[in-house]
Amino acid sequence: MKYHLRIWRQAGPDKPGRFEDYTVDNIEPDMSFLEMLDILNEQLIKEGKEPIAFDSDCREGICGMCGLVINGMAHGPRRLTTTCELRMRHFPDGATITVEPFRAEAFPIIKDLVVDRSALDRIIAAGGYISVNTGSAPDANAIPIPKHIAEEAMDAAACIGCGACVAACPNASAALFTAAKISHLALLPQGHPERERRVQRMVAQMDLEGFGNCSNHGECEAACPKGISILNIARMRREFLRAQVRGPVV
Amino acid sequence: MSVMTQTVVLDAKIPPGPLEDKWDNHKASVKLVSPANKRKYTIIVVGTGLAGASAAASLAELGYNVLNFCIQDSPRRAHSVAAQGGINAAKNYQNDGDSVFRLFYDTIKGGDYRAREANVYRLAQLSVQIIDQAVAQGVPFAREYGGLLANRSFGGAQVSRTFYARGQTGQQLLLGAYSALMRQVDAGRVKLFPRREMLDLVVIDGRARGIICRNLVTGEIEAYAADAVCLATGGYSTVYFLSTNAVNSNATAIWRAYKKGAMFANPCFTQIHPTCLPESYQGQSKLTLMSESLRNDGRVWVPKKKGDTRPPNEIPEDERDYFLERRYPAFGNLVPRDIASRAAKAVCDAGYGVGATGRAVYLDFSDAIKRLGVDVIRERYGNLFAMYHEITGEDPYKVPMRIYPAPHYTMGGLWVDYNLMTTIPGLYALGEANFSDHGANRLGASALMQGLADGYFIIPVTIGDFLAEHRPDGLKTDHPAFKEAIRNVEDQIKRLLSINGKRTVREYWWELGRIMWDYVGMSRNAEGLKKAISDIRALREEYWKNVRVPGSAEDLNKSLELAGRVADFLELGELMAMDALDREESCGGHFREEYQTPDGEALRRDDLFCHVSVWEYKGEGNDPVRHKEPLVFEVVKPSQRSYK
Ligand SMILES: Cc1cc2nc3c(=O)[nH]c(=O)nc-3n(C[C@H](O)[C@H](O)[C@H](O)COP(=O)(O)OP(=O)(O)OC[C@H]3O[C@@H](n4cnc5c(N)ncnc54)[C@H](O)[C@@H]3O)c2cc1C
Ligand code: SF4
Ligand code: FES
Repeated sequence: MKYHLRIWRQAGPDKPGRFEDYTVDNIEPDMSFLEMLDILNEQLIKEGKEPIAFDSDCREGICGMCGLVINGMAHGPRRLTTTCELRMRHFPDGATITVEPFRAEAFPIIKDLVVDRSALDRIIAAGGYISVNTGSAPDANAIPIPKHIAEEAMDAAACIGCGACVAACPNASAALFTAAKISHLALLPQGHPERERRVQRMVAQMDLEGFGNCSNHGECEAACPKGISILNIARMRREFLRAQVRGPVV
Repeated sequence: MSVMTQTVVLDAKIPPGPLEDKWDNHKASVKLVSPANKRKYTIIVVGTGLAGASAAASLAELGYNVLNFCIQDSPRRAHSVAAQGGINAAKNYQNDGDSVFRLFYDTIKGGDYRAREANVYRLAQLSVQIIDQAVAQGVPFAREYGGLLANRSFGGAQVSRTFYARGQTGQQLLLGAYSALMRQVDAGRVKLFPRREMLDLVVIDGRARGIICRNLVTGEIEAYAADAVCLATGGYSTVYFLSTNAVNSNATAIWRAYKKGAMFANPCFTQIHPTCLPESYQGQSKLTLMSESLRNDGRVWVPKKKGDTRPPNEIPEDERDYFLERRYPAFGNLVPRDIASRAAKAVCDAGYGVGATGRAVYLDFSDAIKRLGVDVIRERYGNLFAMYHEITGEDPYKVPMRIYPAPHYTMGGLWVDYNLMTTIPGLYALGEANFSDHGANRLGASALMQGLADGYFIIPVTIGDFLAEHRPDGLKTDHPAFKEAIRNVEDQIKRLLSINGKRTVREYWWELGRIMWDYVGMSRNAEGLKKAISDIRALREEYWKNVRVPGSAEDLNKSLELAGRVADFLELGELMAMDALDREESCGGHFREEYQTPDGEALRRDDLFCHVSVWEYKGEGNDPVRHKEPLVFEVVKPSQRSYK
């Protein structure tokens, strides 16, 4: 199969960017989107041109390193699919495909399609953990956790930190990402002692990083490759209110 | 050219006393650094996978000043995140007869008696605490309706001791370790350096004192000094090009440490995992793993008739060969990985393979779906089935999966003693980067256990013993040894960029992968290994004349990153072949065709090879020298593994 690609090129953070057009041929239907870009890059290197910079690692949808806006959609047109999992069989032969980086004020572009998402790590550092030193844990079965609670916590914990929710949001809000971590830990008894402090600090950090506010568009949930539910945002709001009522702990 | 060198016998520093008391005795006798003094020490941890993140967090909790490096943009993305199936622990929550001894025994036997008893016993002991730690961190392991933890079974074991979080166990354990790490970042005790690649180790007066990194965003070459260095940089399966590993997984950190004097143990011990997606098109960049846990409920078969092209569902039951159940009735589909992989290769070599290339076997869930219902199967394996469906376009709830073995894990790695210290004082290796606990074959769900045991529980104890004797001396990176290491790294980068030849880095990597897979893969023989060695040498020579690396050294340049890694693979591949040639026996994942039993099982030669092969670098152009660490079995007597 053959494709025409319009790809965002940008030499560095402060350099101007623009779309450039490329053509790739002999693409197999089972090939992933990133493998298609690998082939384009091999072609560019042979032509003496600089290949397109993009991030990836696991190439199986779990590390959260990849992430492109494909035809205007974060991670492309398939639901519940990361860019690396997306297969070329979903694009008709001869199609023109537009490829851009995840765009957000809090995600500065490093080069071409590579962005800096370290703001997400800083949100986790602001309390996305349970304070337990190595070696001080009680027996794992000491506190039974109802299966449905464990499952719900797992649903939220499945977030891969890719940032597609931010890229998809008209306000570039990181609410879904932050809410997923807050929910995961708030659901579990182990997470309760720090819940007020956690939600207050994480939300404050999110604002500090320059992410926008959530105004319930729901685009995040639609773009999320791991099906993180927008109900987590509601839970985060409840946790936040609860913490306010109980007084500031930060 | 070869140099005359005396070989030495390495001392693993195994503590005295009965097996079950060794670790406790050791903990009671190691030297300590006082709490007030710990913050005066700086420890470098390279890697943020399970081993690196758990080590960095735990060392910082103790009060050390930690610098933590990784290639990815965030520590949470380390390759450990991709582990699917689970983690073993001798909790015996199922009351099915498990114990620390049994986990120890299964691991020693699974490793085909090529691991150290004392290490493996300690690993089994610590497994229990790992689960406690993870649950306390909020890792949402699977649970029963009563709220207690659930277990599944894995290959090579007849008990259910594997803890899991859906098919995302590695992700959840890593997020647990990552959260502990970020807590220390928050507290200011860990300084994080993402998008950095370690390119050299700095050794001063015979001791590891720092590292040289490339900042992958700005291209700057940076130097960091420390009182000790821990490498937790993962395995080297990507030497095969196609593997189940992440595309940035590499051997560079351990390889460059090897060239600075850290000896390399059992480089040829690699694991080819039986249940992966087969290679099916040009341009494929990885072979996705389908977790071993699937063999709990999936049945492996091929048609009884050669070249049978009927769709699988049209092949009647009595025309199917469930070859694992037939050959290994006691363990059936749950035989260890090396055995399952070789059996799949054997049926495909004999012409019974399925799929377009004939290099695949079926993994069939129809019986399990009939027995348990589709919902149970979905709950257990939903994400794996979805992944398979998305990649192949086929629905595994309706048609059997097609699978084939793929390079997955490397048991070999830097040699370490009982304290996890390499042959360079002050340099430690943790997780998949060391060779320690899995012998010639790793059992499923044991790598996560080992990485976390190393990082959470072992290194925090053993590193103090060394540091107590090596007081901080205020070493700075203006020391000439740092300057020289920086110059060497810069020279190599310049050289790579200046060749401007005709072939891309990936083309060389791919070609090396072919050589490795064909001759240093699932089965090996002397002739093939010799050919591999000469082919790799020729390819390496060509690489340095004809590779084309585009772009510059001054900014983000993924081709340049890869070029350095492939240069190292082109050397490591040769060492793997040399080690495989040297080990004239079959054991675990190392199958030498010349040494097999009449029914095709691995034939160990304990009289000659009951040792760890430990390779020492002797400079460019010289052959490395193979030393030995003899393996002494005091508790388990080596016998031929039987899973029949
Ligand atoms: C698909 C898959 C599934 C698996 N499933 C299981 C399972 O179910 N159970 C099980 O027990 N095991 C499983 N394994 C094996 C297990 O995941 C790994 O062995 C283990 O996670 C390795 O952890 P690690 O901490 O040693 O290294 P890794 O997680 O590989 O981490 C390596 C770290 O080192 C960094 N690094 C590497 N080189 C450099 C450098 N030069 N400079 C700076 N940083 C560097 C990387 O950035 C990364 O942070 C699986 C493996 C794969 C591939
Ligand atoms: S919530 Fe979804 S889209 Fe957002 S970071 Fe997590 S996985 Fe990615
Ligand atoms: S590369 Fe890991 S999620 Fe896509």
